[in-house]
Amino acid sequence: MEQTTATLKGIIHPYEHYGEGLTQPIVEVKGLNVFSKNAQILKNIHLSVPKNKITVLLGPSGCGKTTLLKCLNRLTDLYSDLRLDGSIFIDNEDILNTPRDITEIRQKMGLLLQRPFPLPMSIAGNITYGLKLKGIRNKKILEAKVEKHLRDVALWDEVKDRLSHSANSLSIGQQQRLCLARGLAVEPEIILADEPTSALDPISSKVIEEEFIKLKNDYTIILVTHILRQAKRLADYVVFMYYGEIVEHGDAEEIFNNPKTALLKHYLESGY
Amino acid sequence: MRKGKKRFEEKMFRYLSAGITLFIVFLLLHIIWSIASKGFAALSWQMITDEPKGGFYFGKEGGILNAIAGSFYLAVAATILSFAISLPVALFINVYLRKYPRRANAIRFFLDVLWGIPSIVYGAFAFTIMMFAGLRTSLIAGIITVAVMIAPIMIRAMDEVLKTIPIGLQEAAYALGATKTETAFHIFLRKALPAFATAILLAFGRGIGDAASVLFTTGFTDYVPSSIQEPAATLPLAIFFQLGSPVKEVQSRAYAAALLLTIIILVVSVLTRLLNRHTRQS
Ligand SMILES: Nc1ncnc2c1ncn2[C@@H]1O[C@H](COP(=O)(O)OP(=O)(O)OP(=O)(O)O)[C@@H](O)[C@H]1O
Ligand SMILES: [Mg+2]
Repeated sequence: MEQTTATLKGIIHPYEHYGEGLTQPIVEVKGLNVFSKNAQILKNIHLSVPKNKITVLLGPSGCGKTTLLKCLNRLTDLYSDLRLDGSIFIDNEDILNTPRDITEIRQKMGLLLQRPFPLPMSIAGNITYGLKLKGIRNKKILEAKVEKHLRDVALWDEVKDRLSHSANSLSIGQQQRLCLARGLAVEPEIILADEPTSALDPISSKVIEEEFIKLKNDYTIILVTHILRQAKRLADYVVFMYYGEIVEHGDAEEIFNNPKTALLKHYLESGY
Repeated sequence: MRKGKKRFEEKMFRYLSAGITLFIVFLLLHIIWSIASKGFAALSWQMITDEPKGGFYFGKEGGILNAIAGSFYLAVAATILSFAISLPVALFINVYLRKYPRRANAIRFFLDVLWGIPSIVYGAFAFTIMMFAGLRTSLIAGIITVAVMIAPIMIRAMDEVLKTIPIGLQEAAYALGATKTETAFHIFLRKALPAFATAILLAFGRGIGDAASVLFTTGFTDYVPSSIQEPAATLPLAIFFQLGSPVKEVQSRAYAAALLLTIIILVVSVLTRLLNRHTRQS
C-alpha cells in the first residue's frame, strides 16, 4: 500500500499545474486521507499553499473544507472518531508525524471560526492569553501588543476605553475582529479562517475582508468560504473540493475564467 | 367527534396536573407550617447561643449551639473538600473526555448511581472503615463522609454547566497553543465559575440536612467541638434525638431545631435561585 502511493506520487506530481509567479509553498499536504467511523471524509489530498497569498477553499456543503482546515493545525485531535493518514508539512515539518509538542506548532497558525468564541476574560486578556502561554509576562510588551493587534484589525478606536471589560460585551462583528487580533498576537505565519464572515453583517464582513487583503503582506491566509463573490474578491489561489476530493486547483483568474472540469463549471454557474 | 375528545383529554390532563401540583405545594406548606408553629414557641435566644446544660434533655436550661456550630463546621468543610474533589473530575469529563463521549457518559451514569445511593450506606461504609482503622467518631470522619456523599451531586451539577460550553471555545484555546490542562483551568473553569455557585449551594444544602451519613461518623456531643478529631453534634441528629424524648419541652425544641434547619436550607435554595438567575442574565 505504502509503495503504491509512493510510486503514484512519482508519476502524477500534484504540483504540476502549480501557478507561475506564486511563491514557495509554506503548507504542503501530501496524500492526506481522513476517515470517520463509517466514511472517508478526505480522499488523497495533495495541496500546496503559496506563501503570502490568500488561498480559498471552495466547494459545496459537506465536502470537507472545515475538516481539511482543522487537519492543518490538528484540531482533528479533538475528535476520537477521525483517523488521519498522510503528511502535512508546515515549514518542512510533518505535523502529523512529529515528536514535537503540537501546541507549539499550533501557535504558527491563527484560527478564525465561523462564529467568534471570545475567551471568558477581558478584551485585553483575550489578546494577551496566547502570549502568556508563550511565557511573555512583561507588562509593557503585553500592553504594546494589545494596542498593535487591535489596531491591526481596526478595533482599537472602538475599545481602547474599555480594554478591561468582558469580551462578551462586544458586538458579534467586534468579537470576530477580536478573535482575529488574538490569533495574530501569537505571531503566526498562517491564518486559517473558516467562513469567518458568515455570522457577520455586510459592513463587518467588509472590514474583515479588507483586513485579509492587508494581512496577506505578512501572513499566508487559508480561507474557507461559501460566498462565491467573496472568493472572487479575495482569492489569489483557489482549491475546489467536491465530496472529499480536490477537483481542481489553480490561480484565481484561471479557475474563475477558465474552469476545466464540468463540476467546477456547474458550481460557478449555480453561483452561490 | 375527534376534536371533542381531544379537547376533553386536554382539559382532563390540565386539571389533573394542576391538582397534583396544588396538592404537593399544599403538603409542603403544611410541613413548613407545622414545623414553624411547633418550633417557633421553643425558639429563643438561649436556644441558639448556648450549649446544652445539665438536665437539658429533661427540659431544663441550655440550647443547641453545639448542633448549629457542628453542622456549620461539617457542611462548610465538607463542601470545600468536595469541591476540591469534584472540580478536577468535572473538568476531566468535559475537557479530556470530550473526545470520548461514550466514556464520559459511562462516568455520568456511574455518578448518577452514586447520587441515588442512600446516605446511610455512605455512613455505614465509612463506619466500617473507621472500625477497621480503629478510629472513633470525629468531625473529620463526618467531613470526609459527607464530602464523598455530596461529590456526585456537585460533579454532576458542574458537569451540566461545563457540558454547555461549545467545542468552538475549546478549539479556540487549542489554536492559541493551550494544552488540555491550560484549557481546563484557564478557559473552562473561568467560563463556568459563576454558574458553579449553584452546584456548590446544592451540595451544601444536601450536606447540612443529612442525618444518616453523620450518625456513625461524627457522633454527637454536647459541646462545640474544638478540634476536628472530636466528635460533633449536628442539627439533623439533634432533631432526631430530641424528637424521641418523652418530655414535652424537649420535643418542641426538636421542632425549633427543625425550624432552624429549614430556614437555613430555604435561604440556601433562594440564594441558589437568585445566583442562577443572575448568572443566566449576564
Ligand atoms: N467528527 C466527525 N465525525 C464524523 N464525521 C464528520 C466529523 N466531522 C465532519 N464529518 C463529516 O465530514 C464531512 C465533511 O464535513 P466538513 O465540516 O468538513 O464539511 P464542510 O465542507 O466544511 O461543509 P460546510 O460548508 O457545510 O461547513 C461531512 O459529511 C461531515 O458529516
Ligand atoms: Mg465547514
